[in-house]
Amino acid sequence: MPDAPLLAVSGLSKTFGGLAAVKSVALDVPAGGIVALVGPNGAGKTTSFAMICGFIRPDAGRVCLAGQDVTGWRPDQVAAAGMVRTFQITQPFAGLTVMENIRVGAYLRIANRAAATQAARDVGTRLGLGPMLDRPAAALTVAGRKRLEVARAVATRPRLLLLDEVMAGLNPTEINEIVGLIRQVQADGVTILLIEHVMQAVTALADKVYVLAEGALIGAGTPREIAGNPAVIEAYLGHGAAARMGG
Amino acid sequence: MRHWLPVLIAVLAACVPLVAHSHFLVNLATLTVFSAFLGQCWNISGGFGGLTSFGHAAFFGVGAYADAVIQTRWGISPWASLPLAVVLGAVLGAAIGFAASRAGLRGSYFALVTLAVAEVLRVIASASPITQGGLGILIKLNVTPGNFQFSDDRVFYGLAFLMLALSMAVAQWLTMSRFGTQLAAVRENEDAARALGVAIVRTKSAALALSGGLTALGGVLYVQMFLYVDPNIAFGADRTVEMLLVAMIGGAGTVWGPVLGAILLHVVADTSRIAIDAPGFAPMLYGVILLLIVGFLPKGVAGLKGWFVRA
Repeated sequence: MPDAPLLAVSGLSKTFGGLAAVKSVALDVPAGGIVALVGPNGAGKTTSFAMICGFIRPDAGRVCLAGQDVTGWRPDQVAAAGMVRTFQITQPFAGLTVMENIRVGAYLRIANRAAATQAARDVGTRLGLGPMLDRPAAALTVAGRKRLEVARAVATRPRLLLLDEVMAGLNPTEINEIVGLIRQVQADGVTILLIEHVMQAVTALADKVYVLAEGALIGAGTPREIAGNPAVIEAYLGHGAAARMGG
Repeated sequence: MRHWLPVLIAVLAACVPLVAHSHFLVNLATLTVFSAFLGQCWNISGGFGGLTSFGHAAFFGVGAYADAVIQTRWGISPWASLPLAVVLGAVLGAAIGFAASRAGLRGSYFALVTLAVAEVLRVIASASPITQGGLGILIKLNVTPGNFQFSDDRVFYGLAFLMLALSMAVAQWLTMSRFGTQLAAVRENEDAARALGVAIVRTKSAALALSGGLTALGGVLYVQMFLYVDPNIAFGADRTVEMLLVAMIGGAGTVWGPVLGAILLHVVADTSRIAIDAPGFAPMLYGVILLLIVGFLPKGVAGLKGWFVRA
């Protein structure tokens, strides 16, 4: 029996009106690892994220962070407990500079202005935003905004970072850079749970992959196992696809 | 230039009572400084926090009535009722902030709720015997410093000046502190702020408490200056409109915006009053100015600085 996972989610469910968006999802994220949550559009990945971080209250289920039940906590309480998310659609503080954006994150653990500013500059520089630190966040490119999302979250010194499609909309070069950046964050001791569509990145990064389709988990395993899982292939490519590929 | 200009303005403003002996000039200066102070109060929550209140008169009126009622009913010195008035304003601010952000009201919904609070208070003040209804409360003339009444107008100018300095210190603190940064984050993007650990309800309530307490202080000074208050003076919508206009003309969310705004507004309003002295003209003019500012200068006059720097 290995150590208890850093994040343990069980029975997580959410219904919007008559639509069961997430059905009894359970997943574990071991400390220090990188776990990916994949699935077709509308599978309920982002809703699951929102429930894990307190943005949406789940109808049922439990979210435990390092053995502590954080189900139903407010997002800021969850962040203070060490679990911070990024947004698929980047949400910069457009009127602030890049450094000021990151400093909002740094202020979670550091009350002193000079120290928080220094921490924000360090994180920004480390994550490749050095030349942009004093520019307005609105001036960033899409790739820059994705980096800013990660930098702000990293500046809060999280134990667990939840990345929601940080590679969507990026070109292959930028994806490679972000993959390196995520490796770097992990090397600094941060555990990572990511939602991703870019399978190349998932294969390169994840120790373990959970596959969600129509709100339910249909598979879990290493990237290699998942790629050969018939249920997963069908979810992505349609009914009968696995048989056709195999034949 | 950035460093000596504010100092120069402050020194000049502090010298006004030394050179100006006419009542007119001292009054004009006092009202302008007072207006800048109230604009800064609005700016603390409205500019820095994006909480566009249309009901700041509620805080002003609560402060004014707290001061007037306590000294006329119980004969307690206004100096003693002053802290109570400030606390009441802060509590009202915190309560509005708490209720509105718990209910998730933002933007125009927040504006409507605050407007409603001020209007409800106005109606209550018009009907309640404690506030002597529409008659208003007249403070007995008894000019001694212990009564917060002064024979020399310039004392009030000095007090208004100190209050403005206090409010500007608070604004300056907002640009430099953790709380100010978190408030700006809430203004720019609530979801992102929450994700980064900012407690939205607490931050908004605190900003409104700060702003409400200071605004109530303004209400106290007003009553002591004019020795009279009635429901329209205390809770009327013009009060709020002037406050937000001053902040928005000058530049909402900037430390010096309300000062610029108050100077411009008083110059424009007072000179236009000489030319056209028709009732209702000033509010109409305010409306036109507000439209122009929102349409063409969303960052106020302070935003023009960027134009020159870029050019």
